[in-house]
Amino acid sequence: MLSPVTLMVNGSPVAVPAGTTVAVAVVAAGQACRTSVSGEPRGPLCGMGTCFECRVAINGKPHCRSCQILCEPGMEVRTD
Amino acid sequence: MAAAVRAAECGVRVGIVDDNASLGGQIWRSGSEGGQPKEAVGWAERLRTAGVTALCSMRIFDQPEATVLLAEGTDDVHELRCENLVLATGARERFLPFPGWTLPNVMGAGGLQAMVKCGLPMRGKRVVVAGTGPLLLAVAACLRQHGAEIPLICEQASWGNLARFSLSLLGQSLLGPYGKLIQGLRLTAELGGTPFAANSWPLAAHGRQTLESVTVSRGGKSETIRCDYLACGFHLVSNIELPLLLGCQIQNGCVQVDDLQRTTVPKVLCAGEPTGIGGVELSIVEGQIAGLAAAGRATEARKLFGERERARRFASILDRTFRLRPELTSLPAPETIVCRCEDVPYSRLRQHTSWRAAKLHTRCGMGPCQGRVCGPATQFLLKWNPASVRPPIFPARVESLAAFADGPAPEHNQVTGGI
Repeated sequence: MLSPVTLMVNGSPVAVPAGTTVAVAVVAAGQACRTSVSGEPRGPLCGMGTCFECRVAINGKPHCRSCQILCEPGMEVRTD
Repeated sequence: MAAAVRAAECGVRVGIVDDNASLGGQIWRSGSEGGQPKEAVGWAERLRTAGVTALCSMRIFDQPEATVLLAEGTDDVHELRCENLVLATGARERFLPFPGWTLPNVMGAGGLQAMVKCGLPMRGKRVVVAGTGPLLLAVAACLRQHGAEIPLICEQASWGNLARFSLSLLGQSLLGPYGKLIQGLRLTAELGGTPFAANSWPLAAHGRQTLESVTVSRGGKSETIRCDYLACGFHLVSNIELPLLLGCQIQNGCVQVDDLQRTTVPKVLCAGEPTGIGGVELSIVEGQIAGLAAAGRATEARKLFGERERARRFASILDRTFRLRPELTSLPAPETIVCRCEDVPYSRLRQHTSWRAAKLHTRCGMGPCQGRVCGPATQFLLKWNPASVRPPIFPARVESLAAFADGPAPEHNQVTGGI
């Protein structure tokens, strides 16, 4: 069993198995990935990088499609 | 993968560009627990042995001139030059809007499966699976394997269509490989006891901040089911953005190819779902034909025509069986958001007579997804045809767009390949 990865989601630590994507970490932590133009909470829809609903800021870089990105130790994830 | 392997095994220098972190597309998506099917592992081995260069987490966003493609990676941008190009851009799920579909934890069927493969916990979770297509059963089986409870699978196709589908699968496997029959039997075993309803579709998703329950239409009556996730997708649409950008002729939403998988653009071939939704077996044989054809081995490619013909029969059955019923056009309410990127509700879209007019007046299709979600939905709901693209076909960083504005790339950013 590969050792778990700990990353920060909106300032709180989240531990996930290695090989987990950031989108999964955010959803499993019960958080929305972004807020829509009219203020709705949104989460991943397509799971494959085409809908852009899962976009979050990772280590300061905005608009990252979190369903395509693997969690790395110490990552800082910020949702909208 | 199949195209790259066959070309490389002929001695051609081959590179693959894939948007995902690893090769294999959606159907062979490897996850946190590994567990790729044997076939996928086999092709991956051959790929490594044949020396194919894999450029992952990279997406092509523009073609500034005939033999040059620009691709953006996680932190960099590349200029790709090649002699022959095989497009295998795959397909994505079709999403249809209904009240509440934008709630977190409402996902595509393949969408939820991808998340589960990448670590989303399912043990003890209740998941309603809805929409249409063979994907629903495969997803339900996967979810059950991961410990989810499935109160209901809602398939919009009729019992008649499904019965004919099963019979033709049986017929196919009696004449050809047993693959499909065994697949079907295995799925039935894995799903044993899972409630399944044909003539059934979602009416609304409910919840405050996230999904709490779903109301579905079943046998003409509505039924509300408490659940944690809704896995909902209405079959697949081809990813034709890159073929469109390159000028390939498109018909009925699919890339036109000849019997050697060549498009109408010289030295550009296309294989798999973009030429018509047909499943993994068809994609693999089309990929091989394209790879061999690109490597100049037409004779060897022709040996695979029989296998492709057999695989194509499944594709046409798929099409007929899972055609969308007209009742689904009345799913969205006037205030239901159709364009999720720009939050454009159905009522605003219905005021316009074309995709272009709606785009200009409401911004529908102008968001990050560039119409990948709302395009197929409006095509079904309003019969619009959103078939044109402008570069960049994926959102790209300004630095990527500016990188080659003043001339050819510095050498370390150039990747040259033989296919």
